[in-house]
Amino acid sequence: MNVMDTRATSALLYLDGVHVSFDGFHAINNLSLTLAPGEMRAIIGPNGAGKTTMMDIITGKTKPDEGTVLFDGVTDLTRLDETRIAELGIGRKFQKPTVFESQTIEDNLLLALNVDHSVKGTLFWRETKPESERIDRVLETIRLTDARDRLAGSLSHGQKQWLEIGMLLAQDPKLLLVDEPVAGMTDVETHQTAELLREINRDKTIMVVEHDMTFVRELGVKVTCLHEGTVLAEGTIDQVSSNERVIEVYLGR
Amino acid sequence: MPHVLTRSLDRSATVFLMAVVACGVLIPLSNLLLPAGSLFQVPTYLVSLFGKYVCYAILALAIDLIWGYCGILSLGHGAFFALGGYAMGMYLMRQIGSRGVYGNPLLPDFMVFLNYPKLPWYWHGFDMFWFACLMVLVVPGLLAFCFGWLAFRSRVTGVYLSIITQAMTYALLLAFFRNDFGFGGNNGLTDFKDILGFNVQADGTRAALFALSCLGLIVGFLICRAVVTSKLGKVLIAVRDAESRTRFLGYRVESYKLFVFTLSACMAGVAGALYVPQVGIINPSEFAPGNSIEAVIWVAVGGRGTLIGAALGAVVVNYAKTYFTSGALAPYWLFMLGAMFILVTLLLPKGIIGTFNSWWEPWKARRLAANAASAAREDGVSEPNMAE
Amino acid sequence: MLTKVLRNVRALPFALLIILATVLPVLAGPFEDAIGKFTTDDFSDTEEAINAIATSGNPLAFTVISALQDGRLMFDADAKKVYVTQPDGKSIDAETGAPVASVPDSASAVRLNNRLRRSVEAAMSGLTLSSPDAGKRIEAAQSIFKTHDEAMLLAIEGALAKETNKDAKQAFTAARGAILLFKDDATEAQKLDAIAAIRDRGDQEALAMLSDVPADQPPAVTHAVASAIAAIQSRLAIWSAVQNAWYGLSLGSVLLLAAIGLAITFGVMGVINMAHGEMVMIGAYVTFVVQQVIRNSFPGLFDYALVIAVPSAFIVAGAIGILIERTIIRFLYGRPLETLLATWGLSLVLQQAVRSLFGPTNQEVANPSWMSGAFQLGQITITYNRLWILCFTLAVFVILLAMLRYTALGLEMRAVTQNRRMAASMGIATSRVDALTFGLGSGIAGIAGVALSQIDNVSPNLGQSYIIDSFMVVVFGGVGNLWGTLVGAFTLGIANKFLEPVAGAVLGKIAILVLIILFIQKRPRGLFALKGRAVEA
Repeated sequence: MNVMDTRATSALLYLDGVHVSFDGFHAINNLSLTLAPGEMRAIIGPNGAGKTTMMDIITGKTKPDEGTVLFDGVTDLTRLDETRIAELGIGRKFQKPTVFESQTIEDNLLLALNVDHSVKGTLFWRETKPESERIDRVLETIRLTDARDRLAGSLSHGQKQWLEIGMLLAQDPKLLLVDEPVAGMTDVETHQTAELLREINRDKTIMVVEHDMTFVRELGVKVTCLHEGTVLAEGTIDQVSSNERVIEVYLGR
Repeated sequence: MPHVLTRSLDRSATVFLMAVVACGVLIPLSNLLLPAGSLFQVPTYLVSLFGKYVCYAILALAIDLIWGYCGILSLGHGAFFALGGYAMGMYLMRQIGSRGVYGNPLLPDFMVFLNYPKLPWYWHGFDMFWFACLMVLVVPGLLAFCFGWLAFRSRVTGVYLSIITQAMTYALLLAFFRNDFGFGGNNGLTDFKDILGFNVQADGTRAALFALSCLGLIVGFLICRAVVTSKLGKVLIAVRDAESRTRFLGYRVESYKLFVFTLSACMAGVAGALYVPQVGIINPSEFAPGNSIEAVIWVAVGGRGTLIGAALGAVVVNYAKTYFTSGALAPYWLFMLGAMFILVTLLLPKGIIGTFNSWWEPWKARRLAANAASAAREDGVSEPNMAE
Repeated sequence: MLTKVLRNVRALPFALLIILATVLPVLAGPFEDAIGKFTTDDFSDTEEAINAIATSGNPLAFTVISALQDGRLMFDADAKKVYVTQPDGKSIDAETGAPVASVPDSASAVRLNNRLRRSVEAAMSGLTLSSPDAGKRIEAAQSIFKTHDEAMLLAIEGALAKETNKDAKQAFTAARGAILLFKDDATEAQKLDAIAAIRDRGDQEALAMLSDVPADQPPAVTHAVASAIAAIQSRLAIWSAVQNAWYGLSLGSVLLLAAIGLAITFGVMGVINMAHGEMVMIGAYVTFVVQQVIRNSFPGLFDYALVIAVPSAFIVAGAIGILIERTIIRFLYGRPLETLLATWGLSLVLQQAVRSLFGPTNQEVANPSWMSGAFQLGQITITYNRLWILCFTLAVFVILLAMLRYTALGLEMRAVTQNRRMAASMGIATSRVDALTFGLGSGIAGIAGVALSQIDNVSPNLGQSYIIDSFMVVVFGGVGNLWGTLVGAFTLGIANKFLEPVAGAVLGKIAILVLIILFIQKRPRGLFALKGRAVEA
């Protein structure tokens, strides 16, 4: 772990000059982005813009070829693996909802709790009251209290999305990376999700990747548009959506 | 600590354990106490045969623990089994002492035959039973630990891991075939005389070894139950179903895999150690890749992810093997075994117990729900809405 | 020492005669007279006869002397006739070479004693030294080189003076050098020349000979010997490296052949087929059947049996492959571990089926004439079958590569592997492509079986011995990359052969397995791994 003497930046997440290429294809190209503590940011961009690859880099799944990725101003994320980064307090919801389908919803949340994750700790684990209370609270938030004993695999697509957000909550990270949270949701569910994210944003920093413009508009936060692995435009949703280059990228050239 | 044990016992686990205890007590007693030829007397050869099945059941538990619960398909567990067997075989060889063909008090016969000037260093200590028992755990455990440390750290998963575990047992097979490796080469270790002073051929010893194997199965089963019913078991299943998700939750997946892989290898080693005195020989063919894969199919037949199924599968498949290979159907056994591989994976992916459970449990759940509903109606409380 | 001198003295006149024979034009008459002497059954007459025949220059001389050596020279004392029973059982008249119906019962073999046997041997090498066949002359020179018998010095020198063939000349020079080097009364200059000649020969025997030189030599000679030994050793080291490289290439080609089909099914489709080895085995059995049919029905075409076996094996193994894909594998896509188990079961069934059909023993598959034999390249011997297999493997590789790149099926195959859903929505019948791809991989395994039947035992277990190695090659080379498979196969083959002399065959193999296991730790996706998000499954 590379801990610097002084904070290089006040941002919670700081990306500068990041490059990644796969066999000659530049997935991320001189990407620079900062996220202030407590901020919620929406990331938009057409397919192949590098949104998911950016999340892979932040969470340690992909190592950038060059560039700086700092968390909390002091921690160089490029040197850490996924586990360590998760322990630091970065949680991630995947594009395709990934929950543990053969386990109950309650167990899914139990696994996500940020308690002792060592082999010994889990082998001799026994349920404690604060833990079950936290699980109850999360279940309440994601409206799955009644379904707590059902297998996660039996949930609908939208419910799985919520369960995954619930797992993020149980993980209690400082930074949440949320990849396409409303894909496959009804309008009502989309609306509820936006509310949920705004609620979470009260004490957490969030980065949301989303295609659904209505949803992004409803979030009402600063928007970054990625294209070909680099930042194309940044600003409010109205500024970005009236940007000529963004229109060009989205509507074809 | 006690909570780890208590929660591991549900009803079916208890029934299974009672059955094993009953076998472990009744079969030796019937063999020893009833007159030979009596209807209920279990002949000694059957006691040894059953003992072999029980050892296979322990091996199947070990495989199920990693494959059924953690998704690690090892095609090299026969190697850990054989290493445990060799450790026990080395003790038994040292016990022969000067009763060997060449009458050398220190060197086993094959070493005299191959002109070994002195006992190789790694044979020292195996004249002591406790040391051999320790090695039964340590050698397979250490190999599994080193192998797993390398493999899991580099995230070798899925079929890649299966293939390199197969390569591992293949490499050991080649090594143990060599005379200069110091383990008897092609012939392996055999002609055992006694264990802890008891004649290995005697009825009493055989019955005791059978009872011990049952005890081994019980302990192995309890350990596996304790592991899979703990939170660690939930993590293992999480790793099996979505490894990378588990990692993003902050679990060090490789540590979990390493723990359970090493534990499983130790269990396989114990199974091998119990096996060798009952069959009276250990040779390099135990390392053959085919053996390891066959052990995997026991688990698949019984039901992966159900410990009882794994143990049951080992007994059922091996009983079938004994039955068919001894009769007129012997040439067709490989057809049957091959067909078993294909049919189980295609038609019965959950195995016997898993399929039974998937029939039985919804029925049980419906019955419970019906009871609850009728009880609720009596109480005048509306039925909770389970859907959505 | 004394016996050696005696022997030399005895052989000397004889050697002189040989020189005469080689220098003087052929004389008529003495040959017929000499043959007659065999009928007296007297050792000294026989010796005279041997010497006379050896120097006669008669074309039958070699036949007669070699018959004498093998006890096939028959004499009939009453009829004063001598016959040669040829190795094939037919007989000829020793004097004229005319065939005779049978040797009379009264005839018996000309007897030899130890002294005569030596004369016969010397006469044989003398005769072959002047053989019209350069290869025979070289052979004779080699045997003289080995024995470095001083008696042969004059013969060698005579032959050398007459020799025009370059290789034979070199062989004679080396043989002469060998004799001079061990001749007690040779001058220092002669010995130095001799050492140079032996050094030029530069093989294992030359090395052994130089190491045998007695220590009591002049310093210049000792020095020359030492430097010649060093020179030969370094030359031999290079040759042995070349030899290992060749063996490595040969093993690599076998590995590549076995693995290349797997590179398609496992590498391109991601299907782990443990019955791949059995497809190879089936290919080998198809070769066996084709050869049997041709041997029985069209013996004239026997040399072309392999040419017919290649497409047959491809079709049979490919068809079985398609059948397997349609009945088993297609239900298991996306479940690699289950596929592994099911195909392992399949391999047991196929092995047992072949065992029931053909029996558990090895089947005899013959090499066609154009694949038997060997030729010499410098210090190494190259067998034709290994060379053919190497060429054949490379040809299969190139054809496969071209097929994937330029044919419609190849394009569809690549499309399906890269993005199944997209390919399906573009109108590609993905399940048909799956079946054909699997059939292709299996068919290539069948072709591999044809080649392997030429160098390995054709038994039901043939495939098993290759399956682990094949997987190692594909995994090492990098899944989904044919070039990786090529490089992987040759790397493993060569590494194996270079490790073998150091560690022994079995330990070498173990070392390779361990190295691959360690390598996979370092690069879990092989040498030529694909990168990017597409890789994560």
